[in-house]
Order: sequence, then C-alpha cells, then structure tokens
Amino acid sequence: MTGTRILLIEDEPQMRRFLRGSLPAPAYEIVEAPTGEAGVAAAARHTPDIVLLDLGLPDLDGLEVTKRLREWMRTPIIVLSARGQDEDKVAALDAGADDYLTKPFSLSELLARIRVAQRHAAMRNEDAPAVFAFGDVAIDRAKRVVTLRGEEVRLTPIEYKLFATLVAHAGRVMTYQQLLKEVWGPRFATQRQYLHVYMGHLRSKLEQKPAHPRWLMTEPGVGYRLKLE
Amino acid sequence: MTTEARRDPDALLRQVTEEERRAQRGKLTIFFGAAPGVGKTYAMLEAARSERDQKRDVVVGIVETHGRYDTAALTLGLEMLPRRKEEHRGVVLEELDIDAALARKPGLVLVDELAHTNAPGSRHAKRWQDVEELLDAAIDVYTTLNVQHIESLNDVVAQVTGVVVRETVPDRVLEEAFEVRLVDLPPDELLERLAEGKVYLPDQARRAVENFFRKGNLIALRELALRRTAESVDAQMRTYKTVHGIERVWPAGERILVCVSPSPASAKLVRGARRMAGSLHAEWIAAYVETPASLRMSKAGHERVAENLRLAEQLGAEAVTLSGQSAAQETIRYARSRNVTKIVVGKPTHARWRDIFRPSFLEEMVRASGDIDVEAITGEEPAGRPVRAPAQARERPALLGAYLASAAVVALTGTLAWFTFGRKHLEDVVMIYLLGIMLVAMRFGYGPSLLAAVLSVLTFDFFFVPPFYSFNVADLQHIVTFGVMFLVAVVISSLTNRIRDQADAARHRERRTASLYAMTRDLAGTRALGNLAGVAVQHLHDLFDAKVAILLPDASGRLTSAAVGPFAFAPDDKERGVVEWVWGHDKPAGLGTDTLPSAAALYLPLRDARERVGVLGVMPSDPRRFVDPEQRALLDVFATQTAAALGRARLAIEAQQAQLQMETERLRSSLLSSVSHDLRTPLGVISGAATALLEPEGLSSEARRDLLVTVYEEAQRLNRLVRNLLDMTRIASGAIKVKKEWQPLEEVVGSALNRLEEQLKGRVVDVELAPELPLVPIDAVLVEQVFINLLENATKYAPPPSPVRIAARADAERHAVVVEVADRGPGIPADQLDRVFEKFYRLPREGGGGGAGLGLAICRGVVEAHGGKIWVENREGGGAVFRFTIPTEGSPPELRVEDAG
Repeated sequence: MTGTRILLIEDEPQMRRFLRGSLPAPAYEIVEAPTGEAGVAAAARHTPDIVLLDLGLPDLDGLEVTKRLREWMRTPIIVLSARGQDEDKVAALDAGADDYLTKPFSLSELLARIRVAQRHAAMRNEDAPAVFAFGDVAIDRAKRVVTLRGEEVRLTPIEYKLFATLVAHAGRVMTYQQLLKEVWGPRFATQRQYLHVYMGHLRSKLEQKPAHPRWLMTEPGVGYRLKLE
Repeated sequence: MTTEARRDPDALLRQVTEEERRAQRGKLTIFFGAAPGVGKTYAMLEAARSERDQKRDVVVGIVETHGRYDTAALTLGLEMLPRRKEEHRGVVLEELDIDAALARKPGLVLVDELAHTNAPGSRHAKRWQDVEELLDAAIDVYTTLNVQHIESLNDVVAQVTGVVVRETVPDRVLEEAFEVRLVDLPPDELLERLAEGKVYLPDQARRAVENFFRKGNLIALRELALRRTAESVDAQMRTYKTVHGIERVWPAGERILVCVSPSPASAKLVRGARRMAGSLHAEWIAAYVETPASLRMSKAGHERVAENLRLAEQLGAEAVTLSGQSAAQETIRYARSRNVTKIVVGKPTHARWRDIFRPSFLEEMVRASGDIDVEAITGEEPAGRPVRAPAQARERPALLGAYLASAAVVALTGTLAWFTFGRKHLEDVVMIYLLGIMLVAMRFGYGPSLLAAVLSVLTFDFFFVPPFYSFNVADLQHIVTFGVMFLVAVVISSLTNRIRDQADAARHRERRTASLYAMTRDLAGTRALGNLAGVAVQHLHDLFDAKVAILLPDASGRLTSAAVGPFAFAPDDKERGVVEWVWGHDKPAGLGTDTLPSAAALYLPLRDARERVGVLGVMPSDPRRFVDPEQRALLDVFATQTAAALGRARLAIEAQQAQLQMETERLRSSLLSSVSHDLRTPLGVISGAATALLEPEGLSSEARRDLLVTVYEEAQRLNRLVRNLLDMTRIASGAIKVKKEWQPLEEVVGSALNRLEEQLKGRVVDVELAPELPLVPIDAVLVEQVFINLLENATKYAPPPSPVRIAARADAERHAVVVEVADRGPGIPADQLDRVFEKFYRLPREGGGGGAGLGLAICRGVVEAHGGKIWVENREGGGAVFRFTIPTEGSPPELRVEDAG
C-alpha cells in the first residue's frame, strides 16, 4: 500500500510547494488541483484519503466544492482558510467538511488534523469502543458514566449527551449547528446560548481550571472541540 | 459702449475681457436695411451660400421667403432646421427651434427677422434673445433687420412715417454685432419693386403699410439707416483704435443722466437720451427719485416708472432708483457722485402760474446743477412729480368719511370758539379754527384740510363777523382776516402733510430695512444649508406674499429643492426647464421677465461673491407683483443676502471636508510610514536569514536552527501585524459587525489563553473570574481579540516570568462586567495613559520591535462597539492594568434548564 493520498485543492503555487515539500513521499502522495472544478474532477479520478481544500479558490467557493464532493464521497475534507473567511469556513463545516486550519498554520498542526481525520475515517465502519479516556477523564458509553480521577461525575442527560457527542468526534471541531442538532434536535439549531451554558457546566465539572481549559476548547465563532493532544 | 474717460488699466482690462468674451462668442452679422423689400434676406442667403462654398457649416434656422421665387431658390441646397410649431388660439405658428439649433451646433445659422416677436410659449419673448443665446453658444448668426425696429429710433420712425412699430431690438444688439452690412436700395427702385408685387406685404395691414411706403418716408428711413450704419462703422473704428492703441488722445468721457418720471412721455425722453448718449459715445444712467410724495402715487404711476426704467435698461442705460426729499436735489447729488456731465430732463408742460407757488423741477435743477449741463428736451416735467393717486388707493380713511369728519371738526371748533370767546375776541376764535384745521391736516390729509379751511372761513364769516348769519361782510378789514386765515390754513395743511409723508416714507423704509435685518440676522444664526434655505423661504414668503423655491445643486450637480414646507413650492417639469435655463445662463427668467415669461414663477440666479450657488424661485400670489421695480429691487437684495448666506454655509462645509480630508490624509501617511517600517523589519530579517540558510556551507546545524527560529518568529510577527491592520481597517471603515450572543466570559478567556499558549510559556497566568459572573452579550470573536491583544501587550512589555492576571467581576451599579488584564511590567508614564489607545501610538521600549501601535486601538474600537469603555491604570507595586467594561443591559434569553439528573 502506498502512503496517504492527499488531494490538495489550492490555487496558490507557493502554498502547494510548501505542502508538497512538507508531506514527502513515500508517506504521502500529493495530488494537486489549482481550481475547484479541477479539484472535484481529481477527487473522482484519484479517490484521495484526505482532501485539503483552500477557501479562496478563483472559480468556486469552498462551500460549493464541499457540497459537490459530499454528494458522493465521504473522504475527510480539511478546509484551509485565511483570516476574515470565518463565515465561509463555518458554512463549509456545516456542509460536511471535517475540520479546518487557519493560515498560517504549522506543519505539526496540519499533521495532527490529518491524523484525526484519518482515524475518524478509519473508525467510520467500526463500533466505537465503549470506554474512552483522556487525561483524568473517562467515559463509559455502555454504562453512561463519566469519571474524573476515578470518581463519578454527575452529569445531567443533556450534559452527558453533549459530552458524548464531543467524544465521538474527539479531536475534530464541531460547529454550533452540528452540536445543537445532535444534542437538542433540529428545532434548536439556532439556540446557541444553550450550548454556551452547557459547555460552561461541563467545563466546571470536568476541567481543573474552567477559564483555562485543557480539553474542552472553544473556537470562537465556529464551535467546540475536544482537544486530545 | 466702449468709451472711457481715461485710458486707465481697468478700462483696458475690461476691453480685453470684452474681446475675450467676444472671441468665445459667436459672431453676429446683421443685414441692415431701410425698409422691407430692399433685399436683405436675399443678400443674407447669397452671403450664406458663398460661406457654404468655402466649406463652412451653414444651416438655415428660419428664413421667410414669402413665396418669392428667387429668394426661395437661394435656399436650395442649404440645410434647413425643422421649425418649432407653437399652437396659439387655434393658429399654428412656426418659430425658430432654438434647442434644435443648439443641439445641431452649426458654424453659422441664418435667422431672418431679428425683431420678430416669438409666439407665446416660446422660451424667449423676442427672437433677438434667441439669437443672443445662439451667440453665447459660440454659433455665428446671420440675421436681417430694418431700421424702424431699432429701439432708440423707434419714435423717430413713428414721427416720420406715422406708423408705430411695436417690435423693437435693443441698440446694444446692433452695437455688439460683429458686422453690420447695409443693404441699400434707392427709394425709386424699391417703389418699382413694390409696384411689381415683388415686396411681400401682409394683407391685413396692406393699407397701413402702403402708407408707409411713400417716397418721403422711404428717403427719411434710408437716411436713418445710412446714418446708423455709419455710426456702427465709427464704433468699430473706435474699438479698433482703442485695442491697437492708436488713439492717443482720449476724448473726455461723457456721462448722461436722464430723469425718469411716471409720465407716459418719459419713454420718449429716455429714447432721446439714448440717441444723445449714442452720438456722444457716452455712458448713460436713467434715474428715478422716490420722494415722500411719490409714495402716494397711483399703482398705474408706479408701473409706468417701472416700464420706463426697464426701457432704459433695455436701451443700455444703468437704471437707478434714488430716494430723497427733493427730486431735483437728490438727482444733482447723485449726478455729482457719478461724475455725470449732462442731465436730460423733460420740458415742463404745466401752466406757468404754478411756478409762482413752487419752483418747477427744471428750474430747481438748473439752479442746483452748477457745472453740470442740463438739457431740456420734449417731454413732460419728469421725476418726483408723481401722478396723484386717487385717495381710495391709499391706506387712509375712506374719502367721504374724511371730508365729513373734517366738516365735523370745523363745527366742533366753531362751537367751542362760540362758547369760549363769543363774538368778542375774534383773533382768539381764529386761533381755535386754525387749531382745528391743523388737527384735520394731521389726521386726514391734504383734501379734507383744504375743505376745513374753506368751511372755517365760511362759518367764521357766518357766525362771528357782522352782519351775523350772513355771508356778507361789513368791514373790509375782515376780508383780509379771511385771506390770511385761509392762507395760514393752506400752509399748515401742506406742512403737516409733508411731515406726515416723510413719516410714511420713513416707516416704509424702516419696514424694508427691518425685514432685511430680520432675515440677515436669522440667516447669520443658521448653519446648515437646508435650514438656511428654510429661513430664507420663510422670510421671502412673508415679505412678498409668495411661494418660494430654493434649488441647490446636490453632489451630482443636479438642482434639488432645498426647502419644503407650506411656503415652499417644487417646480414641476415645465418649470424645471426655466430653472435649468437660469442656472445655465446665470440670468433671471420666468414670470415678469422677457425670457420664458409664461412660467408661473420668477427665477433668479443665486450667486455669492465667488460663484453661483443655486436658483431662487418666487411665485407671488399676485403675478404682477414684480413688475414694480421697487419690489423687484427688494427681491434682488434679499436674493443677494440669501446667496451670500448659502455661499457661506457651503464654504463652511467645504472647509470642514477639507479638514476631514487633511485628517484622513495625515492618518493615512502615518499608517503608511508605520506600516512600511513594521513590515520591512521582519521581512528584512526573514529574507536575510533565508539567504544565509541558502548558503551551502559554513553554518553549524545549531546556527541553522537559530536562523530558522528567527524566520519563524518574524513570520509570526508579520502575521500579527497583518491581522491587526486588517482588524483596524475593518473597525475604522465601520465594516465590522458586532454579532452579540449571551455567553459566559470564561469561554473567550479560555480560547484566548489557548491561542497564546506558546507566547505565555514560562509565566504564571492567574485567571480570577468571579464565581457568579453573569452571562455577557458579546461577539466572541471580537472580544477574544481584545484579550489576545491585551495579553500580547503584556508579554511584550513584561518579559517572563513576570505574571499576568486576568480578572472579571460584575458591577451592579454600572450594569456591566468589569474585566482587567494586569501585568508587572514597567507601567505607563502618567501623561500617556490616554494616548496608548491612539492609533500608531507606541510606548518607547527597550530593544525596539513591537507592533504597529494598533493593538490597543483595536481593543478600544471593539470595546466601544460593545458600548463599553477601556482605560489603563498603573498598578500598585508596578505594572499596568487595563480595564474594560462590557455592559450587561437587557436580560439574557430564558433557558429551559433541565433538572439536574
């Protein structure tokens, strides 16, 4: 088996050069596409393992490319955005992109995101293990129990559901809309203040310093992420 | 007129500007003839054809061939403009289409019959005005004119031929013509052509016109035409000499003043003065003196004065209205002030005996004139002797009432005298009677006081003088008493009357002054353009009983109504045409003028000392109001005031904009200098380090790593800088939208700390959020940036391991959450605590570097966008503490919180 095949949809040659150089063969195989159209075509031809999608394409916007790709493929999409493209970024995430990185980003950040995306892709067809642990926290999804340093933490049903959802997508950003739909149901998709409040509850129960969290991260304007590394 | 007394620089300058104006203007060539039928149109067409043959762009605007074959033949092959058809009372009249001519913009246009009066509804009343507009548009014009149509010769022609010509052209047009070509035909030949039917005559006027074509008339007209042509050649010659400096000796400049009166004959006087001025090449002034007595003049009299002054203006005079006690003295005084050399007055026509009682105007004038010549020419006694108005025209008690009252006063004084003195002390009785007469004169005016005088004498005779109860007089001595009594009564009444008139005049003047003052004061107290227009509209409405429109150009240059309200009107599409014309030509037009007189309102250009400001429209409830030159002059004064105020306001706006622009410019340049410096430093480091890394040898792996770290750090710094610039631009341009959501503050604090993890390495970050901190309505992205900037600031000025503290507490009094970010750095000099939030302001710092001085400015922009305040203090024990507030007004949305499970 060859390395991870990455489809890089990016119009700027310098950026392509940087990524080409940073993700060397044989661990990675880079397929480059300078436009959205070319990217969609290349995705069909090369069946990549990961798609890195730039938001500032000259022909199609990121949302459009994401939608077209999501019509037929479930390959993880990581959006590369510049500052000031927050709304496009969230729209792409809501449309099915898996994660995002804001330029400029470091290679380690990129690799971490790729790893997370790959893991989720790999786990898609398997059942998640019942027990999941990070730091002092552990969740037993079979028993619906969360423990902190071995002590059970009492969570309300919604808190539990919220936490479980974040755990299920551990390492990935979850937009407000995705979390609200999943935990409260589609009717609550705009009621963000619920999320803010319940995330506050979770932090105060699970984090040592809720105002300086280690795990339950806020991505202002986008959503939340359970950070693992 | 081109004459000036001395060859002073101003005169030369005027000459030069005049020349320039002429050079930009089209050239007018007049084909001038003594009578219809001499072949002017024919000559014009021939000339036009030869111009066309020389490749000039010739167009026929309007030419009447009157069915004459040879004339019509000449128009063949010339481009004809379509005529404008104007329907008037069922008759379709064809006129020159001036707009078509202006749009076509030929090199030369032919316009027949300069003196023609346009159909009602045309833009200008007269065709010569059309021609002026064409000339203004730099189009050359050929036209035809007969001598009898020249304004100043109008009455001479009428005298010679007995035919009064109504269609006249101001002499100015002829004088300003580029060329006057005389088309001459001896009278015999003309009569021959007439007999052959070659001269077109309208049927209805055939009789009168045939009368016109008598040989004697034709000879006289021919002479007039030849003389007039000679005059204009002379004028051209003089102009030429002036311009080319040939004329060394300048003739003494003459200046003529003609006294205008309400008399119908005054028009003749004005024309006579015009001829005199023309032959002397003199400037001339037409003056009317408003005396206290003239205020009582009838409306018709006022209108005639207005007409006469207008006529004079059309003939090229400067028309002035003076005001004073005595017409003669005021005229002389003014004449001296203007260096007038000749005063023209009308010959007196009144009976000679009147001169015994008061000196005639002429006599007074001659006495006072000194070194000024006074010429009396045919006309009536002019100036200051107004046609008396019938009493009902004045605002006085009703005629009959006044006379009855005066009779009653006489009866009362008689009775009083009877019971006081009886028949003993006749001289005292006389005194009582005189007192009565004086009271009547004061209260009721001249007529009733005369009646009172007559009645007093009669009742005195009847009741007090023997034989009693009879008008007979026994003693001759009493006749003298009657005479003296009557005379004294007359003198008293006239004196009293004069005082009253003076008081009236003063009141009148005072009212005008007061209203002018009131408007000036209100205008001075108003700043905004729109308000100014409102003030002006209000005052103009009050004073002229009119609806008013003030149109000012907007940013795109389109004229828009600046004032609305009950006193204002908005010109409809038709009226807008007039407005545009006034704006474009900078001349009055509309109601009461000769340009577009069918308009519902009078439009005046508003211009201040610098430039045109707008257009004023006045729609009086009485359309004849502005025929009165006094009203018109008053309106002009008000218009000038309004224009000055508007101009001032506009200047103020422009100054403000200039100031703003300067400020923006200053900001931009400081931004540029700051940015270029701040961008260049990291760029220099990065590219320097990169070149070193590209060197194949000579670097240890440790040095390489150092360089790479440097490149990375500088790139980070560039990134921060660009981010700040971007944020600042968005805040400054107002493009930033604050999307507030109620949320816990700890979220943003947490994400900011998370982002700065690397930079905060190696120091203690103490976060102390009050336990019961309420939710705050914030835009998380923006407020996170505030924390990032404040924390970055702290790390910049206080090197590790100096601790950083973040705290927040609710302030119930302020309905706000107060947040602070504190460091243990060097603090901020007390005098700069306010300045640190200014754009591009940087505290001097050891080691240089740092940002562009935007971070704190962005913080302030964001905090203020949230309705809060940001400030900085120095901490006890060293360091700075930045505090900002987030208002928590309003209440967070209700949450349906589940029971704890």
